Amino acid sequence: MANLNIDNVKDRTFDAIVIGSGMSGGWAAKELTDKGLKTLILERGRDVKHNIDYPTTNMYPWEFEHRGEMPMAVQEANPIVNRCYAFGEDAAHFFVKDNDHPYVQEKPFDWIRGYQVGGKSLLWARQTQRWSDFDFEGPARDGFAVDWPIRYKDIAPWYSYVEKFAGISGNKDGLAELPDGEFLPAFPLNTVETYFSEHVKNKYSNRHVISARCAHLSKPNQIHLDQGRVQCQKRTLCQRGCPFGGYFSANASTIPWALKSGHATLRPFSVVQEVIYDEKLGKATGVRVIDTNTKEAIEYFAKIIFVNAAALNTNLVLLNSTSNRFPNGLGNDSGVLGKYVAFHNYSAHINAEYDGFKEWTTDGRNPAGGGYIPRFRNVYKQETDFLRGYASGFSAYRYQQRPWDGVGSSLKDNLVKDDLSGWKVGSHMMGETIPKESNYVALDKTLKDQWGIPQLKISVDYDDNDEKMKKDYIEQLTEMFTTAGFTNIKASSDHRAPGLDIHEMGGARMGNDPKTSILNKWNQMHAVKNVFVTDGASMTSTSCQNPSLTYMAFTARAADYAVGEMKKGNI
Amino acid sequence: MNRRDAITRVGLILGGTVIGAEFFMSGCKSSTSASGVADLSKPEIVAFLDEVGETILPATTTPGAKAAEIGKFMGVMVTDCYTEADQKIFLKGISDLDEASNKKFGKKFMEADAKQRTELLTALDAEQKAYTKTKKPEDPNHYFRMMKELTLLGFFTSKPGATQALRYIAVPGKYDGNFPYKKGDKAWAT
Repeated sequence: MANLNIDNVKDRTFDAIVIGSGMSGGWAAKELTDKGLKTLILERGRDVKHNIDYPTTNMYPWEFEHRGEMPMAVQEANPIVNRCYAFGEDAAHFFVKDNDHPYVQEKPFDWIRGYQVGGKSLLWARQTQRWSDFDFEGPARDGFAVDWPIRYKDIAPWYSYVEKFAGISGNKDGLAELPDGEFLPAFPLNTVETYFSEHVKNKYSNRHVISARCAHLSKPNQIHLDQGRVQCQKRTLCQRGCPFGGYFSANASTIPWALKSGHATLRPFSVVQEVIYDEKLGKATGVRVIDTNTKEAIEYFAKIIFVNAAALNTNLVLLNSTSNRFPNGLGNDSGVLGKYVAFHNYSAHINAEYDGFKEWTTDGRNPAGGGYIPRFRNVYKQETDFLRGYASGFSAYRYQQRPWDGVGSSLKDNLVKDDLSGWKVGSHMMGETIPKESNYVALDKTLKDQWGIPQLKISVDYDDNDEKMKKDYIEQLTEMFTTAGFTNIKASSDHRAPGLDIHEMGGARMGNDPKTSILNKWNQMHAVKNVFVTDGASMTSTSCQNPSLTYMAFTARAADYAVGEMKKGNI
Repeated sequence: MNRRDAITRVGLILGGTVIGAEFFMSGCKSSTSASGVADLSKPEIVAFLDEVGETILPATTTPGAKAAEIGKFMGVMVTDCYTEADQKIFLKGISDLDEASNKKFGKKFMEADAKQRTELLTALDAEQKAYTKTKKPEDPNHYFRMMKELTLLGFFTSKPGATQALRYIAVPGKYDGNFPYKKGDKAWAT
């Protein structure tokens, strides 16, 4: 199967290889090429060029045969990805279908994937909240996982660095638990969201409802125009790919930026089989890919390797990279590779109505989605019977509901006239989960994918802490809703499998001690100094804030360190 | 915004459930594959459903459901998005509706005049409403509720429905969270 043409080794040799072209891989590519490194970007799926490959982006609702809904046959064939809110007629082409890339669910896990250039950065919900020392000090304070090898001060300048380029809208809210950043103007809270924000501020000293911070160009700066991106037009059709580049995606931003440098080579259709480790040199020398069109195995070589295949696939690549030195996966001296996987608990919601402010409504659409309630539980000290806490989304909107009896012109007149009812309000939970050894991924011993690579076996579940936290979320939000005068309050718990949050993290965690972690404080492998992991796999704990912005910051920081080390001759 | 918006919006207007919503909203729970129990794209069926839709939402100062090709839309949605059991109910509903027309006026639905059609469908609507109110979840759905829901969904997401009967803007270009509300303009399509 190998077709290794030794004559062209030089053509297959780069300064750096980046595995993956999504949220973090795009950043690795941008940073490495900005610093002049000849960089190969490997993507297992097809290319998706900004604008050119967004086939539905300008379609009207009536141009979709099923008006956005997926036909039943597609739904039945894809029970997993069909559970994702964004899997619809307008964006289904950016999602992995269940049968195309099977995996083993030792416990139910909805693994939502995007195999194309840009990965899931095309599809994300664009929420970008910084993590704080209440997150980075969490494991040490509360006695779980291992201590983060960094603190907020280490990552803060890198948050600023990536925020300026990506374009993050938000207010400077002055909250210790949710540090401020380099913000473009925030999208405003609407009338009822503002009312609730004021109510919460008056009633609770430590609870805040703020405008959600999101990766949208509310008012672009020159650096965004230089990327070919312009102001967000509030279409809120983001999952189709944005012709304006109004939100941050690798496709609109980092990947074309890297390619423009002249130092990047993008190779789609290249699934990475393993990272090649040279026992004599004591470092990784390259990667072996399989061309998914020709099935040919090809080796590429580089001094630095960034693994950014998305959290669980990064684990798969590392677990499958075995050698005499590393029989259990690359850099896995500690035995923790694949373990301590965690996620975010999104399984509770609460909805209600509000009868006031009927003289107000909204105009246009809010790409930020509304309000955000930072974690208020166990922030400064342990105060509940569960560890950690949850952030909450909060939004309000006017709705229209009226009798629809009968048929004919009176029915039609009744339905088309603008006669809004009151407001509906809703919140969803975003809970931190505790990384545990028993929540893990591993290579299946027998099942292989179509390229002969072992399938990933996923064994991740909720625990008692998650249940207690969920109960508290429902109690606290119910109280906040009740005292705000909301009515018809309905809390629900949807028993979703882990994974549907699309915030899976860990498996190749950072830590101070090589005996209990895979990566050091620079996202650099303890045992293989020229390999860096800067996607979700590297996370020691999950916080309850959305993770993408943190991946971006870690990636830029690690790239800066890696190039410095390379120039010093250390790697 | 996502695919459930159109369905959700119609569900909100109707103040309740939409047939098929159990899989529209949360993924399909049925094990039967929707292979299509009948060809609903036959011209005579499309024409029939067009007239049913037009009777439910007629042209007034703005276009009606026929202008939105509602018959074709109903056929596509029933074939592609309904369970096999619901497809059969819908198909039989076409003849049931004709039978009801025969019984009432001594002629088929297509031969009835506009006033008679409205009278018939008003009665069928009352029938489905009473039936749906007391039906258990496992009981079969009423065919006329299907026709009515699909007419509303199809019309309000169609070009004439969204842009002429309602207001639609593809690129708002702005977001104002505190906008004075004045009742009386056309409702927004999205």
